[in-house]
Amino acid sequence: MLSIKNLKATINGKEILKGINLEIKEGEVHAIMGPNGSGKSTLAAVLAGRNFMEITEGSVTYMGKNLLELSPEERAHMGIFLGFQYPIEIPGVSMVNFMKTAVNEQRKYKGLEPLSSGDFLKTMRDKMTFVDIDSKLTGRSVNEGFSGGEKKRNEIFQMAMLEPKLAILDETDSGLDIDALRIVANGVNKLKRPDNASIVITHYQRLLDYIVPDVVHVLYNGRIVKTAGKELAMELEEKGYDWIKNES
Amino acid sequence: MPESDNIINDVTSSEYKYGFISDIESETFPTGIDEDIVRLISKKKGEPEFMLEWRLKAFNHWKKMKMPDWAHLQIPPINYRDIIFYAVPKQSAKYESLDEIDPEIKATFDKLGIPLEEQKKLSGVAVDAVFDSVSVKTTFKEALSEKGIIFCSMSEAVQNHRDLIKQYLGSVVPYTDNYFATLNSAVFSDGSFVYIPKGVRCPMELSTYFRINALNTGQFERTLIIADEGAYVSYLEGCTAPMRDESQLHAAVVEIVVMKDAEVKYSTVQNWYPGDKQGKGGIYNFVTKRGICKGENARLSWTQVETGSAVTWKYPSCILQGDNSYGEFFSVAVTNNYQQADTGTKMIHIGKNTKSRIVSKGISAGFSQNSYRGLVKVLKNATNARNFSQCDSLLLGDKCGAHTFPYIEADNASAILEHEATTSRIGEDQIFYCNQRGIKTEDAVGLIINGYAREVINQLPMEFAVEAQKLLQISLEGSVG
Repeated sequence: MLSIKNLKATINGKEILKGINLEIKEGEVHAIMGPNGSGKSTLAAVLAGRNFMEITEGSVTYMGKNLLELSPEERAHMGIFLGFQYPIEIPGVSMVNFMKTAVNEQRKYKGLEPLSSGDFLKTMRDKMTFVDIDSKLTGRSVNEGFSGGEKKRNEIFQMAMLEPKLAILDETDSGLDIDALRIVANGVNKLKRPDNASIVITHYQRLLDYIVPDVVHVLYNGRIVKTAGKELAMELEEKGYDWIKNES
Repeated sequence: MPESDNIINDVTSSEYKYGFISDIESETFPTGIDEDIVRLISKKKGEPEFMLEWRLKAFNHWKKMKMPDWAHLQIPPINYRDIIFYAVPKQSAKYESLDEIDPEIKATFDKLGIPLEEQKKLSGVAVDAVFDSVSVKTTFKEALSEKGIIFCSMSEAVQNHRDLIKQYLGSVVPYTDNYFATLNSAVFSDGSFVYIPKGVRCPMELSTYFRINALNTGQFERTLIIADEGAYVSYLEGCTAPMRDESQLHAAVVEIVVMKDAEVKYSTVQNWYPGDKQGKGGIYNFVTKRGICKGENARLSWTQVETGSAVTWKYPSCILQGDNSYGEFFSVAVTNNYQQADTGTKMIHIGKNTKSRIVSKGISAGFSQNSYRGLVKVLKNATNARNFSQCDSLLLGDKCGAHTFPYIEADNASAILEHEATTSRIGEDQIFYCNQRGIKTEDAVGLIINGYAREVINQLPMEFAVEAQKLLQISLEGSVG
């Protein structure tokens, strides 16, 4: 589904990604761990199509297409979803209106008729129950005045609405208490299907108590320095990142 | 970052879709203005003597006045000798039945989405359609008159409701008021007149649609609304003009009288031709709008969505004379390309326990300049006056300007006046967030702008709120920052 080959990217001339290689297949959950500043969020941003970095080398193929040539919205239409580390507030724009626009844009891309308001609201209610999210959140403006935890839960709700093929969750666990963490993890687990995949980016191992990854990668200094099964996460938690730093 | 500049340049470039010209023969007066022209207008309209006198007094006063220059606007000198002060479609007179209307005019209004056929009405809206200098059709007149409501063109009111005209015309905006209002008083050609009798709640929205068509004409319409004790009316005006390279002058006056316990809501969706991307052409919009809350508990609310005109100079105001009266001003002013807007309000607190609220949302894009100018004045006897003002500016791109000029004059120590102001930009982050959810940049801007303006849009009657939302988006197409 996703194939990243020797990807290099710079921000303001400084090389952040120094040759990333990564293969993700349908049905897989990959965790990407690593210390702060290792390039995790930059990788997520490259995949979603942010333009503040320059791609200097390498390729990213998604569903047989050159991902780097697609606009952020085309990527979204093709099923890429980024759960933001810091979700953005849009004052005055209701969640309902925002989500309805997003869902209908996606349907348009797939050649489907836009959902009627009734159908849309019904879907929205179903998904709220599904990911166990308070209906009050959806009555408000996009992320406006949401607490840190509410913002993250709102990301999971949006993910449920858009049913992505490839979800990239960028430190969705940061700033969450244990209950919120569970809700978020639960949402991710419930949305897992044999034909989709997720990349869970996290600094801590604790999210992986709830989301069980098939593969764990350690990103350090712009490169993936270690790849293994879920036991790697445990080892990291025990030994800390210094162990990786010393090894590499 | 260069990328964001590209986006900015991309998103502000749509065409003005009301810019077509209708092919209608019109009868026009010679260009320029002198006493003879004023007399001719009055004669043409068969006005009584007192109207002619009033016009002449105004004209003589105007000759001694100078165009005001205090606004934050750059306007080339206007040559009043080149302007045609009166233009009417030929075979004019007021049309009694629809069949008499020039099909071209009917087609024009249809194209603008303003049906003149009553069966095709906008749901529950009565329309007065003003084409160049005259009103061509007022719908639902009969239905309204059953309730004693008068809704007609100004020319008809001068003929048929002389007492009301004599009593109220110029009572809120006197002919000496200001340069443009004085000019209007001398040469105004038509406009709408509304009278709601005591205790009557007007059952439908009243609306006037203004269209400038003829070349080199100025449009000078005058609207007078009187809500008698305990009456209620919601009134809406819309405006468009063809795209022409020459700038055209629009100098209108609106006067509103709100009696005891009455309420008037006045909404404007102003979409005069704004000029092209280089700032060529466009309407110069100099408008004086003022209402007086004459009696106790009177309420007056102005809502405006201003997206058009090359230059906008407009300060809809409330004189809060009656005790416990209430004035509101809600405004969204959008400027793009080389548009300039200097707009705001005046709240004059005279009575006791008078309250006012101001919500102004400016949106600037391109190379435009957008100013809020407001005055909150509390007179000596206005005990317990309250005002809350909120002035927000949103900037798209880095070549435009947003300015705020709030003035406060309080002569009563019990007054409580609050002012809040913010300036923000549409963030790249917000746009990317929308993009990532599959929403195109133009649509994202539309969403964000409408979110920003929601408080004001919500004040508009339902049907027009939807239109206004679209209009905001279209006006800013190509201007994301």
